[in-house]
Formats: sequence, structure tokens, C-alpha cells
Amino acid sequence: METLHFRHSTKKPAAGSKPMAVIGVVASGNLEILLERVLPPDACEVAIETPIGGFGDVWEAVVADFVARAQPGGLRISINDGGARPDTVSLRLAQGARLMEA
Amino acid sequence: MTLADILASLFPHGHSVTVAEGLVTGQGSLDGKPLHVVGIDGDTPLGVEGALALSAAVLDVVRAGDRSPILVAIDSDSQRMSRRDELLGLNECLAHLAKSLLLADRLGHPTIGLIYGHSAAGAFIATALATRVLAALPGANPSVMDLPSVARVTKLPLEKLQEMAKSTPVFAPGLDNMVAAGAVHVVLDAEKPLDGQIRALIAEMPKSDVRDRLGQERGGRPVARDIAERVARQARG
Amino acid sequence: MRIVTDPGSQSWYEASARQRVAGLVDEGSFAEFLGPAERAMSPHLPLFDLPRAFDDGIVVGRAQLDGRPVLVASQEGRFMGGAFGEIHGAKLVGLLRAAIETKPAAVLILFDTGGVRLQEANAGETAIAETMRAIADARAAGIPVIGLIGGRAGCYGGGGLIAGTCSRLAVSESGRISVSGPEVIETNKGAEEFDSRDRALVWRTMGGKHRRLTGGADAYCADTVAAFREAAIRLIGAAPAFDLAMLEAEQSRLEARVKRFGDCRDATEIWARLGVNDPDAVPAMTDAAFAETVANVTEASHDAR
Repeated sequence: METLHFRHSTKKPAAGSKPMAVIGVVASGNLEILLERVLPPDACEVAIETPIGGFGDVWEAVVADFVARAQPGGLRISINDGGARPDTVSLRLAQGARLMEA
Repeated sequence: MTLADILASLFPHGHSVTVAEGLVTGQGSLDGKPLHVVGIDGDTPLGVEGALALSAAVLDVVRAGDRSPILVAIDSDSQRMSRRDELLGLNECLAHLAKSLLLADRLGHPTIGLIYGHSAAGAFIATALATRVLAALPGANPSVMDLPSVARVTKLPLEKLQEMAKSTPVFAPGLDNMVAAGAVHVVLDAEKPLDGQIRALIAEMPKSDVRDRLGQERGGRPVARDIAERVARQARG
Repeated sequence: MRIVTDPGSQSWYEASARQRVAGLVDEGSFAEFLGPAERAMSPHLPLFDLPRAFDDGIVVGRAQLDGRPVLVASQEGRFMGGAFGEIHGAKLVGLLRAAIETKPAAVLILFDTGGVRLQEANAGETAIAETMRAIADARAAGIPVIGLIGGRAGCYGGGGLIAGTCSRLAVSESGRISVSGPEVIETNKGAEEFDSRDRALVWRTMGGKHRRLTGGADAYCADTVAAFREAAIRLIGAAPAFDLAMLEAEQSRLEARVKRFGDCRDATEIWARLGVNDPDAVPAMTDAAFAETVANVTEASHDAR
């Protein structure tokens, strides 16, 4: 298992006030994302556990792209990966951020 | 120990226990009171007929209503794996056998499992694991699945699994690991008479299901007890 | 992605464990115990280089069903085949033990499981035994335990035994109930005994229609969350006791089944003997037509479980 951590500064807090959301399922080619509104509004942390090692740069790019688009300030995002492709990761991250807007 | 050795040690004054097609039924006397025996001998797989024969024997004991103890002696294969058994509802028959033992327990019959050979999967759950207290004799070999089969399913090399099995009792087959998980309460001493050891188990039946506490204390199931208690606490909330 | 406006019309088979719970109980009433944020994850899967899930593949909590308090457990069949690992099993055990104290109107178990998780086999197997004991205790205390079966992993292995311990079972066509799965039988006994690639054979032998016709399940639902909700509400009111009379009746019921159908090679032979006019038509029957067929089969309905 490989564990990755990313920390970003954000320009604004994530929309909405929902404290927590979970989306997706840990299955082959899929992943599970837990979003928690527990950080200062100008910070976002992403922690990833994945069974597929050696793709740290891909994760880094996908996460950076998501943070730039969604500005998920205040969110701690935890990912259990089942070997998802980058487009699936991006989709789930966007869905997760939307759930937090409720 | 063979079943005959066990019965001789348990009932020095004789018994009426018989084995037919691998199914064990009958009784002997312990301290002048009946001790009923049901079980499976000879590594026999448990199918629909076997499960219903054993449950009938258990329900006969319950119907008598004398709260006499029931010993479930097990040297079985797993459940019988066949199209016919599943067509006829093997899950219902095995669950029915387990429910019969659980009802007997609830109505005051001490239920004691005794695994002296092999057992696995559905046959194990429906019999020995449905008793209040489960004892084993040295050399018993309970398992969920043997390591070569685990290797096939998990796609891990057998050598790696054998190495992991040494330090990780949670998945590896064998008696020691089932003791560590808390599934087997106690391993008996084959050198000493069994009647006294079974008498002691009946005298000190645990009041509730203590298997997760045993698993925690013995390290084979490190977190189950804590998790169950946390869920129960939140449910009481 | 399909947009579902009414959660009740959602396919039970396709839904996740969380979606099933959300649509099953009264809207917004579900409160989870040991939820994902508590990160109660398997301590064992990392040893096998396998990913973990925040809920270990089972969602447990309390809710209202038709205005009455219930406890609910929902297995996620897509994570490790919904199999019983140490935490997964312990969450169900803890829920059932709490039921005896808190006396809900029912405990609902949404099965979706291949059985024991091999990587945690001893813990999973022991948890199944603990679950069955706790169900017997809950039922004896007058609490109905209702099983709902229609997920992609089916209800296999120890899951099948737990199902047989429940007060009542609702099943959809794709809800398979069995101890040995098709692949297990084929691996151990050969493809002549069971060809696991023959999906029609799998449905006939273990599927919801066969179980409902022979009395192995007590309600047959369309594959929607709303249908399972309706069935659960109905079954709570029809839960049999857990006593000697019930087990004697079950003994007779199962003995009669084995005697009457023990020589049948295929489910269609059993259905014919049950009085189904055109057994070959059963697999393709609509839910409405099947409901009519079931109504004419006396073995399908009983209080002996």
C-alpha cells in the first residue's frame, strides 16, 4: 500500500455547510472519498491510500487540478483507492465537493 | 482421540451413542443424569438430510424438557457441496440445526461443542459454533479454508501466506488460530478423563457470548470486541 | 450516470449499501453508528496489500420505518464481495446485541455478501456464529429480524446461514441465497456437478423465485428500493416466534421438502410438483404474474422459520 499526502492553500472556503460526506465504493477501478469540514478555511488536505504504487505524480496533478477548480477550503479529504483511473478520481472529487454544498 | 476413545473416557459405565452414515446420536450418563450426544464423525460433509437428522435429535431433547446437557461432537468436512443440497435449501437446514441448538441453550440445556477432528465453513457454524461453550481436543483441525485454497482465491504465493500465517492468526487455518480468535474456548487434556473436564465446563458455563472478549485477550481478534461495544453504545445513545 | 429523481424507484441491485438504507427508511431518519469519519477500518487488509473501506463494507445505524424505530445493517457487496471481516462482523454483532436492550420494532439486515472474508477468515466465521446467537436472542426477546436480499453479491456462505436464522426474508429475482456458491461447487466437485457459467442454472437453483416458491423466502419484491421498503414493513408484522413449536414446525416443513423433492435434479421439476402449470415459464415471468403463481403454492407461506 502506498500512502500519499497533499496540502494546498485555497483562496476561499468550500461552499455549503455540510460537515461530512462520503461518496464512492472501494472496488476495482473505483474509490471512496470522505470529505470533512475540519480545517481552516484557507487550507485543504488530501490523504490517499492506494494499492497501486508509483503514480504519485498523477495523483498530485489530479488533486492540484481539483483544488484549483473547486477551491475546497476547510476540507480534509481522505481517499481509499481501489485502483481508479484519473478521470474517475476527478469525477468522484467533484461529486464529493457538490455533496458538501448541501 | 477417536470418537470411541472419547465416549469411553466420557462414559466409563457405558452409553447408547451410535454412528450412522457419519451422524452421531445417543446418550450416556454423567453423574447419574443424561448427557445427550449429537455430532458428526469421520470427516463427513453435512448435507440437508444430516442437518435435519441432528436437529430432530436436538429437538427431541428439548421436548423432554429436563434441561439435560447436550454435547456436540464434531469431526466433519465442510457443508456438502452439491447442486441438490442447495436446490433443497441447505442454508435453511443448517440454520435450523443451529437454531435448534440455540433454542436448547435458551431453554436451559447446557450446550457444549467438542471438536476432535476437522470441521469447516457451514458445517462448523451449524454445529460446534452454535454451542454455548466450544472445547477442542489436541490435534483438532478447524478451518475456514486451507492455505492452498486461500492462495488461489487471494492470488498470493503459498510461501508468503505460510510466512504470514505465523504472525497473523486472523486468517490462518488450524486449532491454535481458532483458539486465538476466541471461537474455541478451551483445549482439553487428552491424557486426563474427559468426564471430569466436561463436568467442569457444564459447571462453569459462561453467562453470555464471551468469544469476542477471548479473541481480544488472546490476540486473534484484536478489535472485534471494542467495535461491537462501540456500536452498541451508540445504539443505546 | 442516470439521474434518479425518486429514490424509491431506484434499482436495489444497482444501489450502494448507503443508497439502499437512505431509500428504505423514512426520509432523512437514518443516523449511522461508527460512521466513516470514525475510520474503523480493517487492521488486517494492509497485510495483504488490499485497500480498506472507512466502514469496512457495512453501514449500521438507527432509523424510522413507517414511523417506527428500527435498527438497520446494510452490506456493501462491491467492497470485498460484502464479506464478513473482523470489523464488518463485529458491527453487525454490536447492533444486534444493542437491539435486545433498546427494543426497536425490528432489526433489518440488508444482505449483500459472499460469506467469510478469507483474509480475516477466523474472525469472519466467528462473527457469523456470534451474529446467529444474537439473532436468536433478539427474536426470543420479541424483536423481529428481517432480511432483505437482492444485491449483486447475493447471500452466500455464512450469510446464507444468518439469513436462515432471521424471522422473515424478502428477496428479489436476483437475490440468490445459498451456502456453497456456484464457483465453490464447481471448483470442488467439477463443472458436471455445477457449471457456474450457466447463469440460468444459478438463478433456478438459488435465485429469488425458487426460494420464494419453496418457502425459503417470505416475500418476493420487484427490484426497487420502494418494493423492499413495502415488503419490510409488511414482514415486521408477520414475524414468527422463536420457540419450540416454531422449530418443530420448521423441522416438519424442511423434512417434507426433502422427502417430496429429494429426487429432483432441477428446480423446474420441483416447481412442477408444487403445482406450477408451466414451470419453464417461471424464470421469464413478470413480477405480477409470478405473484399470482406464488399465491397458488401452499408451501410458499408458513410461520416455520
